[in-house]
Amino acid sequence: MRVLAAMSGGVDSAVAAARAVEAGHDVTGIHLALSRNPKSYRTGARGCCTIEDSNDARRAADVIGIPFYVWDMSDRFHEDVVEDFLAEYAGGRTPNPCLRCNEKIKFAAVLDRGLALGYDAVVTGHYAQLRTGDDGLIEMHRAIDPGKDQSYVLGVLTQHQLAHSLFPLGDTAKPQIRTEAERRGLQVADKPDSHDICFIADGDTGGWLDEKLGAAAPNRGGAILDEAGEVLGDHEGTYRFTIGQRKGLRIGTPAADGKPRFVLDIEPVSGTVTVGPRESLAVTGLDCIRPLWCGTPPTGPLECTVQLRAHGDEHRAVVVPAADRSDGAAGFSVTLLDSASGIAPGQACVVYDGTRVVGSGTIASTRR
Amino acid sequence: MTVYLDHAATTPILAEAAAAMTAQLGNVGNANSLHASGRAARRVVEESRETVARALGCRPGEVVFTSGGTESDNLALKGLFWARRAADPQRTRVLATKIEHHAVLDPLEWLEAEEDARVDLIAVDALGRIDLAAFEAAVEAAPQDVALVSVMWANNEVGTIQPIARIVEIAHRYGIPVHTDAVQAIGQVPVDFAASGVDAMTVTGHKIGGPYGVGALLVRREVQLTALLHGGGQERDVRSGTIDAPAIAGFAAACELAVKEQPALASRLTALRDRMVAGILAVAPSSAYNGDPVSDVEHRLPGNAHLTFPGCEGDSLLMLLDARGIECSTGSACNAGVPQPSHVLLAMGCGDEQARGSLRFSLGHTSTDADIDALLEAIGPVVIRARAAGQTSRGAERA
Repeated sequence: MRVLAAMSGGVDSAVAAARAVEAGHDVTGIHLALSRNPKSYRTGARGCCTIEDSNDARRAADVIGIPFYVWDMSDRFHEDVVEDFLAEYAGGRTPNPCLRCNEKIKFAAVLDRGLALGYDAVVTGHYAQLRTGDDGLIEMHRAIDPGKDQSYVLGVLTQHQLAHSLFPLGDTAKPQIRTEAERRGLQVADKPDSHDICFIADGDTGGWLDEKLGAAAPNRGGAILDEAGEVLGDHEGTYRFTIGQRKGLRIGTPAADGKPRFVLDIEPVSGTVTVGPRESLAVTGLDCIRPLWCGTPPTGPLECTVQLRAHGDEHRAVVVPAADRSDGAAGFSVTLLDSASGIAPGQACVVYDGTRVVGSGTIASTRR
Repeated sequence: MTVYLDHAATTPILAEAAAAMTAQLGNVGNANSLHASGRAARRVVEESRETVARALGCRPGEVVFTSGGTESDNLALKGLFWARRAADPQRTRVLATKIEHHAVLDPLEWLEAEEDARVDLIAVDALGRIDLAAFEAAVEAAPQDVALVSVMWANNEVGTIQPIARIVEIAHRYGIPVHTDAVQAIGQVPVDFAASGVDAMTVTGHKIGGPYGVGALLVRREVQLTALLHGGGQERDVRSGTIDAPAIAGFAAACELAVKEQPALASRLTALRDRMVAGILAVAPSSAYNGDPVSDVEHRLPGNAHLTFPGCEGDSLLMLLDARGIECSTGSACNAGVPQPSHVLLAMGCGDEQARGSLRFSLGHTSTDADIDALLEAIGPVVIRARAAGQTSRGAERA
């Protein structure tokens, strides 16, 4: 196959590209330039789009012996990922930009351009496994290494996208990948993993949101209330809060029982943030919108497990597709058999059948 | 087989240049040492200087060897600016064009930011040629304020030859020195330093079949320059650093041969280029030829062809041709490998999309009819495929 290797400049994507070459594919390396202004805010970033990362990716491609190009996806990235990220925070939700980037950029804009240019697939360094099921459809399963499994951030991929994807690292544990990178002479073998949001250079999400949303946010400033509606203090913007957050609430008076308080609810229109004890965070059910199914969509109630945040726990659940919700949007509702805590609307609910990803939705609301 | 159509980026070294360079590589001797080995190295350097001077129409003492085009441009711009301002503090204005190479634009931007220079970039017409009336007006607005003028001899992207004689005539009315970056012009079109009247000229080795990392700034004897690299003062006290005798020997050999062969090469490349352009326009009828359509050496570099392919991303075209062994350029400035729309095309009035959907093919001394045949065979299907991929990164194809 002719495949495009998306190379971030990190160790995983470099080894994935090398493995694709070894598997006999005709591989071309590409690095995605995702920032509009590479000279300024990219240079300090610790994510995957600094000039240093681009050079690391180029060097890895040289070592592997494949052609390498930089693709400018900055406008698409800005429209589909950054603007969505801002809108979600402004709406009191907590988005996951990595899922969004996979859905809209890596396995959409890049894949579409690659297919048009005569390529058959995109190969990335994500930790997940693809298999062909009995029905002939491509199934995505969790990676062998539970610490590195990234099937959650890939839960937005459809059958078409999966059929044109390769994840060569899913059967290997991370330490072995580093050893392999070293054996292959890749200089990035000991490069630290990236954890931050790649477009927020210094990792200060709150400060970045202040700067971008700032005074223009409709919900800048408001009251912090307890569950009884008592005002405990005020804040400078609901977008600075995430459900389940404990730190940085800056409430002067301690709780009567002396126990820590957590963000329970964010109401962006009134600008209200409600806090309360840990017990009040427990969630028994969810409603999800924007369903995306990896294969055949479920038609009736499905006993399964769900994962509600990156590297989060699995919860036993029953998923009921709701094609005709009252608001007309497609979606599904989830009844949690094991209650979950601190679940933030905007995050993805990824549905699993054993190790297999069934699909995903965006959490619209939670039930307590 | 590789079809190399990127001679404007760098051209293969001439056998004579490689021989002249390698003949010196084994010799010890610092050209500034006083003993026999030093004198031998000095002799190589001075003979090379005389060769370069003969080839380019200047006096040997007017050749300042440098590490290449970027250094020569920096030395000319900053060196002239500082020296002219030191002589008269009101001279803080620099005139250049919007289509200069980044080796000129970036030093000017630096002078503006750090030295309070006022940089006036003169517009060009749709063919990429300086607007002489605008230039003249800019000079005459306040000639006493102008520190220097810098206008490239020929544009590196679209190949348009600039009216250097007219520029010199206007600037010299007021005693303003003129620098020209001629790295693309040497060996392609006739260039004579003294006859041109310019005060400083940038030339470089690797664009004319010489080695990398060596070039020269030709500077008229009477022109004062402030040094950029301080040290031993080896080159006329304006450029320091141990003299690279082998590279200079290679550069001189290339210079001599390139200038001698220029008329024959120009007529051969003009024919090849015109056939290439006609062929591309025939197989990809929606494409457009950018720059000056007049084929002679008064108007356009003989080895240059620059075309826009509407609806295509230049990147996609380059990548698809590369996969078929055909090497060309998007002709745009590269910023850590991130493609930016060409400032040259934008200055010529192209839109952003047109600027991004363009390719430069540049021919040189090793180009053959077979190269053109290979390109003409590949370009049709490549354009169709690239158009299907569209300008996806711009969001133009969004569902």
